Amino acid sequence: MTDTAIPAPHAFEAAHADHHHDADHKPGFFARWFMSTNHKDIGTLYLIFAIIAGIIGGVISGMMRVELAAPGIQYLEAWSGESGDAALHFWNVLITAHGLIMVFFMVMPAMIGGFGNWFVPIMIGAPDMAFPRMNNISFWLLVPAFALLLGSTFVGGAGTGWTVYAPLSTYGEPGPAVDMAILSLHLAGASSILGAINFITTIFNMRAPGMTIHKMPLFVWSVLVTAFLLLLALPVLAAAITMLLTDRNFGTTFYDPAGGGDPILYQHLFWFFGHPEVYIMILPGFGIVSQVIATFSRKPVFGYLGMAYAMVAIGVVGFVVWAHHMFTTGLSVNTKMYFTAATMVIAVPTGIKIFSWIATMWGGSLSFKTPMLWSIGFIFMFTVGGVTGVVLANGGVDDIMHDSYYVVAHFHYVLSLGAVFSLFAGFYYWFAKMWGRNYNEFLGQVHFWLFFVGVNVLFFPMHFLGLDSMPRRIPDYTDAHAYYNHIATIGYGIMAISMVVFFVNVFWSLFAGKKAESNVWGEGATTLEWTLSSPPPFHQFETLPVIDDRGHH
Amino acid sequence: MRKTGLKSLLLAAGLALASTGAIAQEAAPANTTAPAATAIADPAAAANAMAPAVAATPAVQAPALVQPESEWGQPIPRGIALPEQVSPNGKTALWLHDVILMPIIVVISLFVLGLLFWVSWRYRRKAHPVPSKTTHNTFIEVVWTVVPVLILVIIAVPSIGLLSAQYKPAPAHALTIKAIGNQWYWTYQYPDNGEFEVTANMLKEQDQVGKGERFRTPLDGPRLLAVDNRIVVPVGRPIRLITTSNDVIHSWALPAAWVKMDAVPGRLNEVNFQIDRPGVYFGQCSELCGARHAYMPIAVEAVPVAQFNQWVLSKGGTLAPPAASAPAPTEQDAANTADASSEATPAPADNGTEAAVTTNQAATANPAGAGNAE
Repeated sequence: MTDTAIPAPHAFEAAHADHHHDADHKPGFFARWFMSTNHKDIGTLYLIFAIIAGIIGGVISGMMRVELAAPGIQYLEAWSGESGDAALHFWNVLITAHGLIMVFFMVMPAMIGGFGNWFVPIMIGAPDMAFPRMNNISFWLLVPAFALLLGSTFVGGAGTGWTVYAPLSTYGEPGPAVDMAILSLHLAGASSILGAINFITTIFNMRAPGMTIHKMPLFVWSVLVTAFLLLLALPVLAAAITMLLTDRNFGTTFYDPAGGGDPILYQHLFWFFGHPEVYIMILPGFGIVSQVIATFSRKPVFGYLGMAYAMVAIGVVGFVVWAHHMFTTGLSVNTKMYFTAATMVIAVPTGIKIFSWIATMWGGSLSFKTPMLWSIGFIFMFTVGGVTGVVLANGGVDDIMHDSYYVVAHFHYVLSLGAVFSLFAGFYYWFAKMWGRNYNEFLGQVHFWLFFVGVNVLFFPMHFLGLDSMPRRIPDYTDAHAYYNHIATIGYGIMAISMVVFFVNVFWSLFAGKKAESNVWGEGATTLEWTLSSPPPFHQFETLPVIDDRGHH
Repeated sequence: MRKTGLKSLLLAAGLALASTGAIAQEAAPANTTAPAATAIADPAAAANAMAPAVAATPAVQAPALVQPESEWGQPIPRGIALPEQVSPNGKTALWLHDVILMPIIVVISLFVLGLLFWVSWRYRRKAHPVPSKTTHNTFIEVVWTVVPVLILVIIAVPSIGLLSAQYKPAPAHALTIKAIGNQWYWTYQYPDNGEFEVTANMLKEQDQVGKGERFRTPLDGPRLLAVDNRIVVPVGRPIRLITTSNDVIHSWALPAAWVKMDAVPGRLNEVNFQIDRPGVYFGQCSELCGARHAYMPIAVEAVPVAQFNQWVLSKGGTLAPPAASAPAPTEQDAANTADASSEATPAPADNGTEAAVTTNQAATANPAGAGNAE
C-alpha cells in the first residue's frame, strides 16, 4: 500500500517455498523466548508485556473511576489498608502508577517494541533488526523497570504524579518508593534509547534493494521519526531524574531554592522530554492508521510525501513547544506568547494528516472490517482531542483550564481514544499475520462499538467537569461535580465490558480461529508482510526481495 | 508535501512577530526569583508576637460572611460551561473561548465527522467497487495547509492580545496580597495594610470534627470549597496577587476571575486581576501537592470598600490613607502604608514581619493550621 510498489511476485517464490525448511528452524522454548534475537519473537514479547501492563494500568484506572463515582472517599481506606493522609496518599499512588504504566509500559512497548519490531524489518524487506541482541536487552530492561515501579507501591508508593515534579518528589516524598520509580524510568528510558538506535540503524541500512526512503511504508516512516524523538528526548529525561535522585539522596540542590536551585528547572527539563514523548506515543499510531486506511480503501495513501514530512514536521516542532505544559508556572509574557504560537503551529501538519486520510478514503472502495473501524474512529477522536488542544494552546485561555479535567479529557482523547484506537487497529490488522489465525470479525466489531461508546461516555463529560472548574488529581470533589463523574464511571464500565469481549476474541481466535492465508485483506494490502506466509517464517527474506520501479513516484 | 516544514516555520515567525508588536514593550514582572523560601514568616514566631499586637489593635467586629450564590463563583451542578467571569480580563478570555474558539472547534469537528460519514457512505465497496488511483492533488493539499493557517491566525490575534492584557502591570494603587501555599492550607498577607496574615483551612463536615469545633455550614460555601477564613478584597480595585510556597508547589486558582498562578517555593509569581462584582468566589489548589491536595480550597470575598476596611481592621490590619485606595495612583504605596500604619498602630510597618499575626477572631474557632500541621 502507500506508495510502495507491489513487488514482483518472483522475488518471493523462494521465501514462500521453503519457509518450513531451515528458515523455520526454531530454538527450544527457553532459548527462543528468553534469549531471543528474533525480531518477531521480541515483538511478541513486547506485545504480551504491553497487554499485561495495560491490564494493570486499566484496573488502576477502574479503581480511580469507582472511587470517583460518588462524592466522598469510599474505598481508598479499604484498598490501602490505611486511614487519613496515608489513604489519600494512596490515591496519588494510583494516579502516578496509572500514568507511568500506560505511557512507559503499555503504549510505548506496544507501538514501538511490539508492532515496530514485528513489522518494520518486514516492511523494508530486511531479515531482522540491525542489532538483534541489543533488541533483546531492550526488551528485558523493561521487565526490571516494571518490577521496580510495581515494587515501589509496596514500600509506600510514589505519589508524585507521572511528572514527578520537584519538590514534591524530593523532600515531599520520603522513603524509597520515589527512588524506585526514578530508577524504573532510568531503565525504561535506556531500553527505549537502545530500541531507537536499533530502529534508526535498521531503517537506514537494511532496506531491501529498491526500497528507497521515499518508498517506505508510512508505518516505517512513523517509527523512524519516533526513534529520533526517543533518541533526542529521553537523555534529557534521564538527566532530569538523575538530578532528582541526587537531590533526594546526596544533598544536591538542583531543584531546591534553598541551595540556589529551581523547581521550575525540573519542569523545563521534564517537558522538554515530555512533549516529544506524547508524539512518541501517537506517531506510530499515525503510521498504523495510514496502512489500515489505504488497505481497506484499496487505494494508495493520498499525498504520501506530505504525510511523511508532516510527521517529520510534527517531530521537529514537537521539540519547541514544551512550555505550554507550564503556562501557570509564572512564565514571562513573551515566553507565553511564543509557546502559544508555536503550539498552534502543530495543528497544521496534524490537519494535513487528518485530511489526507479522508482523501485516501475519497474515491476508494471501502470495506469496514474491524481495523478500518478503529482507524476511522481514530481519525474522529483524534480530531476532537486535537481541537481541544488548540484551545489549550492559548496561554491566556489555558489559565482557567490548566490542571483541570478539561486537560484530562484532552489528553485521553488523543491517547486513550487516539493512540489506543490505533493500537487496536494495528492489533486486528496484523492479527492473522502475527498468529496465523483470523480473529472473529463479529466479536471484533462488538469490541469496537462497545469500546467506542464506553470511552466517549467516560471521557467526554470530563470536558464539562473541567470547564466547570474541577481540578485534576483529586480523590474527592465538590458535590456539584457528582453528575458527570457518575456518568464517566458508567462509561468506564462499558469500556471494561468491551475489553472482556476483546480477550474472549483473542483467546478464542488464537486457539480456534480460522487458519489465515498469506494476504488476508486482498488487493488493498500491498506492503511486504502480506507477501509472506501467516505467520511469517521464523527467518524471512533470506533472499532479499527486490522492489521494482512500478511505483507512482 | 515538502512545503510543510517551511510553512510551519513561516507561521511561527509570523505569529512571533505579531506578538512582539502587540505586547507594546510591557515587560510585566511575572516571576521574580526570591533568594530562598525562608523569607516567609515562621508561624510560631508570628504566634509569639501575636499577644501584644492584638492588644494594640482596636477591636473591630468582622463584617458578616457574604452569602455564597449558587450561580456565581462556584461549580454549578451538571454545569457544562466555563464560569461567569467577574474580572475584565476574565470577560475577554471567556469571550475568546465562547465566541471564537468553541465555534471554531465545533465546526471543525463536525466538518471532519461529516466528511467521514459522507466518504464512508459514498465510497462503500458496494456502491463503489473500483477504487480510483488518485494520490495527489496539489491544489487541495495547498488548501488544507493554508486554511488551517488562516484559522490559527484568526485565533492567534485575540489570543496574543489577551496575554498582553493579562500581563499588564498592576497600577500603583493596586492592592497587594500575598498568597502562600502550605501543605495543606493557604496563608495570606496584606502588606499594604499592616502585614496582617490570614490562614485559610478547609472547613470539615459536621461528622468529621470533634465536639465544639467549627464545621462547614451552607453559609460558608460548598463542601470541599469552604474555608474557615476567607480573604476579602475590595470590589473594583486592581489586585496584585503574589504567590509563593513554603514547601512544595501549589497553585492558586480562582476560576471566576480566570486566575491560576502556581505557588512555587523560592519564587514570587505575580498575577493581576480585579473583581468587579460583589460576592464570594471559590477555587481549589490546582497543582498536585501531596495527600491533601484536594483539601486546600480558596475563597475570596469581594465587598465594597467600607466593608473591606472594616474587615482589615477586624484582622488587626491598618488602613492605607484614602488616597491609596482611590483610583488615582499614588506615589508609592509602600510609603503611604508606612505612614498610615504609624498613625493607626504602635507597630512600625517596616517591622511588618513581627507584626504579622494569625488573628483569632470569632470566626476562627478552628485553630489555624492546627489540624493540618503534622
